[in-house]
Amino acid sequence: MSTAPNLLSVVDLDKSYGGVHAVRGVSFALKAGEILALIGPNGAGKSTCFDMLNGQTTPSAGRINLLGQDTTYKKPREIWRLGVGRTFQITATFPTMTVRENIQVALASYGRRLFNFWASMPRLAQQEARDLLERVGMAGYAERPCGELAYGDLKRLELAIALANQPKLLLMDEPTAGMAPRERIELMRLTASIAREKSIGVLFTEHDMDVVFEHADRILVLNRGTLIAEGSPQDVRRNPEVRAIYLGEGLVYDARHREGQSA
Amino acid sequence: MAFYVVQFLTGLASAASLFLVASGLSIIFGVTRIVNFAHGAFYMLGAYVAFTLTERFSGAIGFWGGVVAAALIVAALGVLVEMVLLRRIYHAPELFQLLATFGLTLMVEDLVVLIWGPSDLLGRRAPGFKGAVDFFGQNVPSYDLFLIGLGPVVLGALWLIFQRTRWGVLVRAATQDRDMVAALGVNQKWLFTSVFALGVFLAAVGGALQIPRDAVHHAMDLRIIVDVFVVVVIGGLGSIIGAFVAAVLVSELNAFGILIFPKISIILLFLVMAAVLIVRPWGLFGKPEVTARRTPGLTVNPWRPLSSKGRLAAVTALLLAATLPLFAGNYALTVGSEIAIFVIFAASLHFMMSVGGLASFGHAAYFGLGAYGVAFLAKMAGLPMITCLLLGPALALAGAALFGFFAVQLSGVYFAMLTLAFAQIVWSIAFQWVEVTGGDNGILGVWPEKWAASPSHFYWLAIGVAALAVAVLRNIVFSPFGYALRATRDSPRRSDAIGIDGKLIQWTAFVIAGTFAGIAGALFAYLKGSVFPDSLGISLSVDALVMVLLGGVETVSGAVVGAIVYKALSIFLVSQTDLSKLILGGVIVLVVIALPKGIVGVLETIRQRRRPRPEPPLLASRIGTAE
Ligand SMILES: Nc1ncnc2c1ncn2[C@@H]1O[C@H](COP(=O)(O)OP(=O)(O)OP(=O)(O)O)[C@@H](O)[C@H]1O
Ligand SMILES: [Mg+2]
Repeated sequence: MSTAPNLLSVVDLDKSYGGVHAVRGVSFALKAGEILALIGPNGAGKSTCFDMLNGQTTPSAGRINLLGQDTTYKKPREIWRLGVGRTFQITATFPTMTVRENIQVALASYGRRLFNFWASMPRLAQQEARDLLERVGMAGYAERPCGELAYGDLKRLELAIALANQPKLLLMDEPTAGMAPRERIELMRLTASIAREKSIGVLFTEHDMDVVFEHADRILVLNRGTLIAEGSPQDVRRNPEVRAIYLGEGLVYDARHREGQSA
Repeated sequence: MAFYVVQFLTGLASAASLFLVASGLSIIFGVTRIVNFAHGAFYMLGAYVAFTLTERFSGAIGFWGGVVAAALIVAALGVLVEMVLLRRIYHAPELFQLLATFGLTLMVEDLVVLIWGPSDLLGRRAPGFKGAVDFFGQNVPSYDLFLIGLGPVVLGALWLIFQRTRWGVLVRAATQDRDMVAALGVNQKWLFTSVFALGVFLAAVGGALQIPRDAVHHAMDLRIIVDVFVVVVIGGLGSIIGAFVAAVLVSELNAFGILIFPKISIILLFLVMAAVLIVRPWGLFGKPEVTARRTPGLTVNPWRPLSSKGRLAAVTALLLAATLPLFAGNYALTVGSEIAIFVIFAASLHFMMSVGGLASFGHAAYFGLGAYGVAFLAKMAGLPMITCLLLGPALALAGAALFGFFAVQLSGVYFAMLTLAFAQIVWSIAFQWVEVTGGDNGILGVWPEKWAASPSHFYWLAIGVAALAVAVLRNIVFSPFGYALRATRDSPRRSDAIGIDGKLIQWTAFVIAGTFAGIAGALFAYLKGSVFPDSLGISLSVDALVMVLLGGVETVSGAVVGAIVYKALSIFLVSQTDLSKLILGGVIVLVVIALPKGIVGVLETIRQRRRPRPEPPLLASRIGTAE
């Protein structure tokens, strides 16, 4: 694994919003098939990093290299085309469509068929959509209105949407927030197995340390925009600075009390 | 040289009233997030009430006292409106707020005619400012100089109020963050009411101060509101400084535009507005608006293509409609044709508004462009009717491509105001460019050829085209393009993240909607045998909005039902009463408050309640245990 080329490398990434310096000089790399966790207390700048990686905000400074291309100032759709799937901290799906149609839109976009004015979308790529839903365990929900789904199911739907462009990199911002503890472990197991199988790199943030320590190959710790630690789960667990931050925040390796907050 | 200076001073004087009204609109928007369409109506009421008071009471005290008293009276009316109407719709989507306040505007227009009569009223000159000042041989009315001084004084006074008083600090805090002020324990209701009162007061003063310069008439509301929208789009909603700078800019452009393009001075305004929007989409001093609100409780039923039963019903309805000429007279057939044309128009707006979330307040522009397109081709090029019908809408397509490009850069209220301003620009061109468009006299003699001339033939043509247009639009709704458009409306973040080029999709939808509106306009030209600037007017744009709303914004077939009901109702009303605007305005307000889901939405809800929901299959399937 260590000899594989970098899927993603980030150098000195920086972002300020007016007076708020949200991300300061963050650098790291990610290899194909690797599962990397980005952790840190609230407001550390994790979501901001994700937004820069998939082009939804432009960095104030620094470079992002994805699959050998400089994507620092590319648009979200160009980055998506390169093979990046993303899920959001606050789920973003299409509530006026059914679960299956949510996936079909993504598939149609991937197949460059959006400027088709005539075909019937509900009949397009049905099988692929079903396969994706089955992959995340939602085959039985295909015809449900997306607006009616429980929060945990929306998170799984987002994962299926993110897989529609056969991504090489998955960006998952708090993929299990708002889920029951058992569901969390299951969703991350599922993600990990998909990632290993297709050799997809995964970058995820998570407040539940059980989930992080079980699945991450490597962990990055972000505090107030700065990376303060990086290493294997064991290293990070032992790092005194990390312990201090998490103890100081009252977030000892278990963040179940945040559940209500993130929904 | 002196001539240019005088022109400049005239511009500055016009800027004063414009600034007063625009700053009022901006202050109200800053705190309540409502774009008050009725602001022009309050401006007009200010002028009318001041007219009455200054006629009744003589002397300097009578005049200046009358101006202030008029503004206070109108502000009190504003408080009433806020408490009775606006408090119910603070959390509704912008579209509903704009429509409700537009309904109010319509009602005021009729009431004003009822009270003061339809003719222009010439007010008194202002005591103390009756003469003119000689300026290198050119006369400058001294009242203009007074107005020029007044603008900065009001700006300064507002600044003092917002910086130095407790109330002003609260207003500024509320403008930054509404919830925070509520958390501080401030009585939000009265804060909103007082802000609304101040905004209306400013508008009414603006109107009252116009009486020595201009005749008071019952169309002054729409004229000012369009200028005000242009001002806040350029200056930035919510910014008082922005309102001041943009009011001066717009007034000067109007003053000098006449010199540069005497026939179509409005072009200059358009160019400047376009330039500002490209560089700063939120206006010179504005801030980006947060995402549009959606009404909680509106249905999020997934849309379905018609079932075979539904299709059968639609075809049956069409066949029934086609039998009308067998038993109805010519008048009924003409009404039927008009309704069919408006079905196309409403369906085209529905397409961009319901599917794409693009609530255009200027959709009539494309209707009218289609009509003028046909008139040009038929009268000037003398082309046959079929060719005209096919090519006429191309003018609408071109207009939609040009204006749509700028409009889709914005969203929400900015989109609404910009589309309205664009439509008004097209209207002004049709109105001012007399050599080409005939101006107010329109273009006459656009009659259908023999094969379509009889009312029954034209009726069949109209319902045929309408059925085809609705079918095509519906099909697009369920095509990949339609889903992509809905995706950009449902979640911009998600659609961005799955590679959808939102702006391009929305622009395309705008062009499609504009073209279909143009088809409706083309038929309309032949139905009426003539084209007038009215076909581009604001009231037609709003008619379309009301049709969509009445049918149900969140439904697929609402536009058709809404168009039939609304058009039939309004044709009936116009034939029965002189107060059609009053009644229509009332209907609009009622629909917004009582029937936000529209007719079809309500029917759907009833049907769903009757039918027990099917159990979702395999509810228990979980991760890991999935088959
Ligand atoms: N659009 C924005 N404008 C201004 N400041 C912002 C913006 N987005 C984020 N911030 C600020 O940047 C900092 C980092 O925010 P970010 O959302 O990236 O944190 P996070 O690590 O994802 O936190 P959480 O665990 O709560 O999701 C915060 O202080 C936040 O207030
Ligand atoms: Mg976050």
